[in-house]
Amino acid sequence: MSDTAIKRTVMAGNEAAATAAKLARVQVIAAYPITPQTSVVEQLSAWVESGELPAEFVTVESEHSALTVCITASTVGARVFTATSANGLAYMTEQVWWAAGARLPIVMCIANRAMAAPWNVLNDQQDSMSVRDAGWIQLYCRDNQEILDTTIQAYRIAEQLHVPVMVCYDGFLLSHTVMPVEVPSAEQVDAYLPPYEPLTVVDPDDPRNIGPVTLADPRANADGVSCHGYMEVRALHQQALLGALETIPAADAEWSELTGREWGGLTWEHLLDDAEVVLVAAGSVGMQLTVAAEALREQGVKAGVLGIRSYRPFPVDALRGKLAGRKLALVFDKALSYGNEGPICGDLKAALYGQPEAPVVFGAVCGLGGRDVTVEQLNDAANRAIADLADGVTDRAADWLNLHL
Amino acid sequence: MGTRECGSPISMSKPSAGEAGRTGDWRANRPVMTAQACLAVKKGEVVCQLCWAYCPDACISRGVGPVIDMEYCKGCGICSEVCPANAIEMVPEAAHGVCNVGEGSER
Repeated sequence: MSDTAIKRTVMAGNEAAATAAKLARVQVIAAYPITPQTSVVEQLSAWVESGELPAEFVTVESEHSALTVCITASTVGARVFTATSANGLAYMTEQVWWAAGARLPIVMCIANRAMAAPWNVLNDQQDSMSVRDAGWIQLYCRDNQEILDTTIQAYRIAEQLHVPVMVCYDGFLLSHTVMPVEVPSAEQVDAYLPPYEPLTVVDPDDPRNIGPVTLADPRANADGVSCHGYMEVRALHQQALLGALETIPAADAEWSELTGREWGGLTWEHLLDDAEVVLVAAGSVGMQLTVAAEALREQGVKAGVLGIRSYRPFPVDALRGKLAGRKLALVFDKALSYGNEGPICGDLKAALYGQPEAPVVFGAVCGLGGRDVTVEQLNDAANRAIADLADGVTDRAADWLNLHL
Repeated sequence: MGTRECGSPISMSKPSAGEAGRTGDWRANRPVMTAQACLAVKKGEVVCQLCWAYCPDACISRGVGPVIDMEYCKGCGICSEVCPANAIEMVPEAAHGVCNVGEGSER
């Protein structure tokens, strides 16, 4: 297989993720296998072992160590990759925050899986949603081509902003499902990804403390130079995340120029133009919603889909603009903020609060722990929401799909 | 806002004395060395130096005998624990009267 060739093939989502990491010429990989992410690690380790991928593959005893290795390698200027799922991500959590606060452009694929207890290896999005506040960019994928393309884009976004990126895709539904994928050539990816220039200085002749104690207030360092306090460092981090609202679409547009494929940047849509009822979701359920919207159209309902690709940063302005003047937004969450509601639903309500032309927002919870989600159920949920709206309901509890208590 | 003089959006500094502030004023117990008991002093050579090796804040200088910098010693007591000659005793600061470290430039 020549580096110059664009290859059309069929592959599972995990292979798409591994292929993207290889094309990005990652230098250090550290990951611990966990279902349903395992085959990402297997594929990459096989390529490193065969010499096809000239990278360091560091075997570790846990996910906490996997991300720690990535943090240290990224600190010294290496392009790094890791992947995990569910409890593996939870085990990493301390270092998830460190990677973001240290502004390290790590790319991590998350094959989304339900959190235990009770033990469950199947898909929902509770794992990555649970670390939405940690300061990483989170991009959610619809299919395997988007996994490959987004993982490559993630390096460009991460390294421009010095912010780590999680590329999230539904476990099994995408990770283990094969579908056609076009693999770009090495030349295309090389042209797209300039070398990574770290913020950190690592020079034995000019040493640094990296991530030292940084208390509340700005303070002079030992040379009398004014340095940020904790709150300034955090405000700059927030600026970087908000800056991603421009960087993510720009990275997608440049990728489109190179490959002819673009994914909508922050959000994507289907039949949205004249839609009065908008179905909202992140990830592969969005693809099912496109079928549901078409069925609703046949039934005479002006339905469309608004997909969320970038969940962090949350594309508030884009969502306000695209939902202004609609009658109803029905949000399908594959996660829950226990004691409140689905995380996307809650965030969307906050984004729309006080907007004069905002639609009514209803939530639905679906697919927890791999519970089957069918187009018929999505359709029925939309019809229930439309009926509630017709009855004058403007706020209601989340509709749990396919629940049999 | 933007970048300060340090020019970096991340927390990064040069290793140097006082980088974390004058930590001597954290101290509750002061290490007090009895020179005659120190192995280096007894030998008249730079031997042992375990207190220097173990000090987590690098505020003990090697020597005959080692010297503890009270500007930065936090009083953790590790030097006292590791000293094979029991030459370092941890004495409550209160026994020394008013602690006057940290009067230098604001850090």
